Amino acid sequence: MSYVTKSPWVIHYDGSSCNGCDIEVLACLTPMYDVERFGIINTGNPKHADVFLVTGAINEQNKAVVQQIYDQMPEPKVVVAIGICATSGGIFKECYNIMGGTDTVIPVDVYVPGCAARPEAIIDGVVKGLGVLAEKKAAMGKKPAEPAPAAEEAATETEMKEEA
Amino acid sequence: MTTMILWVIAYLIFAPLVGGILAGLDRIVSARMQGRVGPPLLQPFYDVLKLMEKEPLTVNKVQDFYVMCFLIFIVITGGFFFAGGDLLLVIFSLTLASVFLIVAAFSSNSPYAQVGAERELLQIMAYEPMVLMTAVGFYMFTGSFRVSDILTFGQMPLLYLIGIFIGYLFILTIKFRKSPFDLSMSHHAHQELVKGLTTEFSGKTLAMIEVAHWYENIFLLGFVFLFFVNGTPLSIAIGVVVCLAAYFLEVLIDNSYARMKWQFTLKSSWVIAITAGFINLVVLRFMF
Repeated sequence: MSYVTKSPWVIHYDGSSCNGCDIEVLACLTPMYDVERFGIINTGNPKHADVFLVTGAINEQNKAVVQQIYDQMPEPKVVVAIGICATSGGIFKECYNIMGGTDTVIPVDVYVPGCAARPEAIIDGVVKGLGVLAEKKAAMGKKPAEPAPAAEEAATETEMKEEA
Repeated sequence: MTTMILWVIAYLIFAPLVGGILAGLDRIVSARMQGRVGPPLLQPFYDVLKLMEKEPLTVNKVQDFYVMCFLIFIVITGGFFFAGGDLLLVIFSLTLASVFLIVAAFSSNSPYAQVGAERELLQIMAYEPMVLMTAVGFYMFTGSFRVSDILTFGQMPLLYLIGIFIGYLFILTIKFRKSPFDLSMSHHAHQELVKGLTTEFSGKTLAMIEVAHWYENIFLLGFVFLFFVNGTPLSIAIGVVVCLAAYFLEVLIDNSYARMKWQFTLKSSWVIAITAGFINLVVLRFMF
């Protein structure tokens, strides 16, 4: 039983969002939706966070910031891209300074499209993220640090041979 | 002697449980005050257990050592208190524990953690005079610094130490890390850009701080209890009820104030210490 799903602390980063999705993210914390019911707390510190909520497309200036926030979060961690801009770049995709969605910089686990994404959709996305979080936690427990990659390689090799 | 050991063991086992449940109640009551439903009662335990599961991530090795010392000295402080030991020793080891936490925050070299650590130092400056006066007040009233003597003194200290009680309640807000005096570290994200003192702590280290906080809260409420006890069972019941009421009062204050500047924290707590606390001591001096 993993407690990580019972107390997911989120950190919220605004890429180059128009603030529509940001306001909806914060709306989740209000008495109307009250995500603290699920133990979700909004923290300002990546070192305390389990879930990384990104809104807005990634541009050349903030890709290093997003990368750093992601790197500073301890495992297990989950990235949720909120809104169509964070998912794929949205209407800004063709802009000269936009790289595209969040997944151009860091691996994304859950996509929540919408313009702006509704609070219900965001909560749904985070709850889906909790499933991923539990899986990652289980994977962390199983693999001892060293022999795991070797075993994986061997497995993929045998698979490839079988295919051949 | 055996009862003393039993009290210490009971403290070691039950303080984190009661402290955690109080923290859970705090969060539910806070949520209700804000018109929300709030988390489950056991949420603080889930948080700590989750933090234990997280990947260890520290800036340097000494940091974890200092935080460990913080936890150990908080536990020792509470141990002294519940063993019926000397109030002065309790206060000094509590200060030592706080110093370990500050050193831990400074050792990380992070600007956010250092601002938090400096604010924590200011908070110690703010509350320490009043805490010392509390111990002195108990000494002047009962003639002993020992908790075991105060418990069996026979008269309710509150009636003679009312000023000190008010002053102690005031600094309790600082010690519980509640608004308006949660300068160095707040439990609420809306008060804080980054997490103040605990910015660089994560995983098990943060869990240790949280558990230490539960231990600390319990013996701070123990001080409140001391004001009401006079050896009879009725006074014990009154003491427990007042402890819970004091905790509720702190939650209420937490939810009705925004954070103040450090200047106000320092000034107001010293003004209270001098007016309520010191005048109370002077009056006691002439009464006994």
